[in-house]
Amino acid sequence: MKISTIKDLLDARIISGEDGLDADVCSACGSDMMSDVLAYVKDQAVLLTGLVNPQVIRTAEMMDMRCVVFVRSKLPSQDMIALARENGIVLLATGKRMYEACGILYSNGLRAEEAK
Amino acid sequence: MPEGITFRFEVDGSDFTSAGQASVQVKKNLRQLGIDPDIIRRVSIAMYEGEINMVIHANGGEASVTVTEEAVEIVLIDHGPGIKDLSLAMQEGFSTAPDNVRSLGFGAGMGLPNMKRYTDEMTVDSTVGVGTTVRMKVKL
Repeated sequence: MKISTIKDLLDARIISGEDGLDADVCSACGSDMMSDVLAYVKDQAVLLTGLVNPQVIRTAEMMDMRCVVFVRSKLPSQDMIALARENGIVLLATGKRMYEACGILYSNGLRAEEAK
Repeated sequence: MPEGITFRFEVDGSDFTSAGQASVQVKKNLRQLGIDPDIIRRVSIAMYEGEINMVIHANGGEASVTVTEEAVEIVLIDHGPGIKDLSLAMQEGFSTAPDNVRSLGFGAGMGLPNMKRYTDEMTVDSTVGVGTTVRMKVKL
């Protein structure tokens, strides 16, 4: 699924990283606990979260993720945006809640990768 | 490179938002050395969790990463309060982190277990009141 499709499905707006919208991603995960995200490393390229602090971007970077979607109308700070730009990570923001946002993406074919 | 290349970092314990900077730098350095991306990811996640631990629990410390022909070795040294019960600390979900850390997305009791999960070898030497040294190795 293209990141631009995720944007459309979630009725999200682009915070930064317009250049990356064409990238293809094949799995995602949703969590507000970064340690849990780090615990189940696969090739998830998209993180959905309601957490807003620079460690969200660092976690995405450590996991080689391509896109972070902020749910529940949360907005990243300027230093988070700068950090994301530096690392080529697309930032999206949606008003949808976590459960709904994950459900929409899942039912449209963006799955969680099987645990190894 | 028989002795390997070593990168050293000071981990600043005063600012949670900057935690992880050393791991980000290590990731870049390993990329430049042409290390396999999967290995880089394991090393940088293990080190990132370690760095977060040092900031949460020990007011920072020192980190070093050595790359040899056989492995990447990470050594994290702090002079924090030490770990009272190591086997408990190694259990997933056990945490002594304060609530404010949980609101930042950490403190879920996954730090040490994650570090063990992503490395081939890990030893923890800790003395209460003196500090903790964590050594991790990821084989190439």
